[in-house]
Amino acid sequence: MPASELANPQPFGPGRLASWWASRPVLSFVLRRAAALVLLSLGITCVTFVLTNLVPGDPAAANLGQLAVGDPTAVAAFREHYGLNKPLPVQYLIYLDHLVHGDLGVSEQTHNPVRHDLATYIPATAELALISIGIALVVGITLGVVAALRRNRLTDHVLRVISLAGVSMPIFWIALLALYVFFFRLGWAPGSGRLDPGANPPPHLTGIYTFDALVSGSWGTLWDALSHLMLPAIVLAGWNIGLLTRYTRSAVLDVLQEDYIRAARAKGLRSLTVIFRHVLRAALPAIVTVLGLLFANAMTGSVLIETIFAWPGIGQYAYHSATSLDLPAITGVSLFVAVLYVSINFVVDVLYGVIDPRIRIT
Amino acid sequence: MTELTPRDLWRGGLLRTRVRQRRVRRPRGIAAAGALVALAWVVIAVFAPLIAPHDPLAQNWTPFLHPSRAHLFGTDELGRDVLSRVVFGARLSLPLALLLVSLSAAIGGGIGLISGYFRGWVDGVLMRLVDLFFAFPPIILAMVVTAALGPSIRNAVLALVVVSWPSYARVVRGLVLSIGNSDYVLSSRLIGRSARVALLRDVLPNVAGPVVVLATLDLGNAMLLLAGLSFLGLGAQPPVAEWGSMVANGAQNFEFWWLATFPGMAIFTSVLAFNFLGDGLRDALDPRAQAQVEDAKP
Repeated sequence: MPASELANPQPFGPGRLASWWASRPVLSFVLRRAAALVLLSLGITCVTFVLTNLVPGDPAAANLGQLAVGDPTAVAAFREHYGLNKPLPVQYLIYLDHLVHGDLGVSEQTHNPVRHDLATYIPATAELALISIGIALVVGITLGVVAALRRNRLTDHVLRVISLAGVSMPIFWIALLALYVFFFRLGWAPGSGRLDPGANPPPHLTGIYTFDALVSGSWGTLWDALSHLMLPAIVLAGWNIGLLTRYTRSAVLDVLQEDYIRAARAKGLRSLTVIFRHVLRAALPAIVTVLGLLFANAMTGSVLIETIFAWPGIGQYAYHSATSLDLPAITGVSLFVAVLYVSINFVVDVLYGVIDPRIRIT
Repeated sequence: MTELTPRDLWRGGLLRTRVRQRRVRRPRGIAAAGALVALAWVVIAVFAPLIAPHDPLAQNWTPFLHPSRAHLFGTDELGRDVLSRVVFGARLSLPLALLLVSLSAAIGGGIGLISGYFRGWVDGVLMRLVDLFFAFPPIILAMVVTAALGPSIRNAVLALVVVSWPSYARVVRGLVLSIGNSDYVLSSRLIGRSARVALLRDVLPNVAGPVVVLATLDLGNAMLLLAGLSFLGLGAQPPVAEWGSMVANGAQNFEFWWLATFPGMAIFTSVLAFNFLGDGLRDALDPRAQAQVEDAKP
């Protein structure tokens, strides 16, 4: 039992509940965040619902495609399924009910349920995004630490220019140039796709080829998958490297001003030891807060470059569905990405709040 | 290392005057370079008909001509002069990015102002709305909006306004809240100014600086997103000369590198210019960055 409760015993009633709450700051913090997450997710469904209802003209025509519109029974079934003859709030509830049951509608383009399509395309993008975020974390944090340590010297200014260039690059253009130079001209990188043409994917476990190949011990496939991954992953990391360099630099600078770093230096610890054991450890929580942003950038990037690398992920799926005005598909993608994004931010928030008690107050 | 070298003195701050000069000058150099390149692009956009050697839409030449003296950037798949198209592309990208940022700043700024001024439940509702829009990665939300409205450059700008106003709302609200509680605003209220006048005369001018920085940084971002949407085919429609769609063209005619390289370079240099400019402005105006600059290195 916490000391506060012992010192100030409360009778039964609301005061007791309040003190129970107050004595469990972490739990109340996590619950408040979780409630916010649920509300935000509801809000997201609201936005996607409004957007699908924004389409000018007949939603049945927009969702079923031109062929099915001629068929009155199909149109009637569609209207019944989505409650289109009912008022909007009821339609929204029906929409929510469908979502809860995993029904995201049927893609006009592939004629598959959107949920099925998402399940097919997500592993490829997950693999690409994870590897690229990994590359960005290693390179970006290293460059940021170097920039902070060499602050206001030439190295710092050069890194500043590089990181600004990183966030200024049109990623689709860099992807194209990289493919042209390293594949078409030099032949160092394999062409587009996830594997060489004709190669069989590894036995399906997660759909993440490198992982599946590693688990099943197919080393040839692993190498094949890795070599196809490298170029798109590096291109995709560019934006995030620029961002992380800037962010790490300022986080490390904040820490470097602390007295305990001076003390660590003064007692004669080697610079590298100080950096790893004290500086980075203190700066990492601040760096972790951008994880959500890294994810958002990776998703934005994969929408723009997956077509160039013929990478069969949800970026390419989003691109094809948006350009063919396949509304159920593109809404499904945005719903999935947005909910994942707020969930990542939720986890980051909670982790950060648990690590750093000062955050919980706000 | 027992003897003090000039380098140690420099590090220890005994030669601080020199350090201070260096520290202030460098970022300004970057900002100045940015301003110069941005200005160059504005000049190109304004005088495009005088600068471009040919009509950007005229299909007068053999397709896929290599860059040469006659066509510095080569010709595209329809035999149009790529240099002229890049030059005329500036007439589309720059004003549209400016329009997009001004609209977002006006809408977001207005909402932030209302939120910070009224506080209470108005603030709560508006800020939850802002959170909601932050929940979507920008380009994905913009894709849904353009897919719902139909692809055109106008709808692309609209979609990007929808995704970019929230950051202005959040910044302006925070500024209004903190400035509204500052001593000079309170004393201006004490000498009898109404809340509305205080908001306009005392708060707004101090909100303007950070918003300008944000807008400058956002300008580059806006150009990137706009070019991205056009690259996806959701923005400018052919035959308009637009940088993003020109890169998309180059992607389709992959082996003719000059089709994508030059318009991409145009996007890159103009975005970089605005980012340099915004970065320099932020350092100049942000008190926290200055405090950091003044501190000694440990």
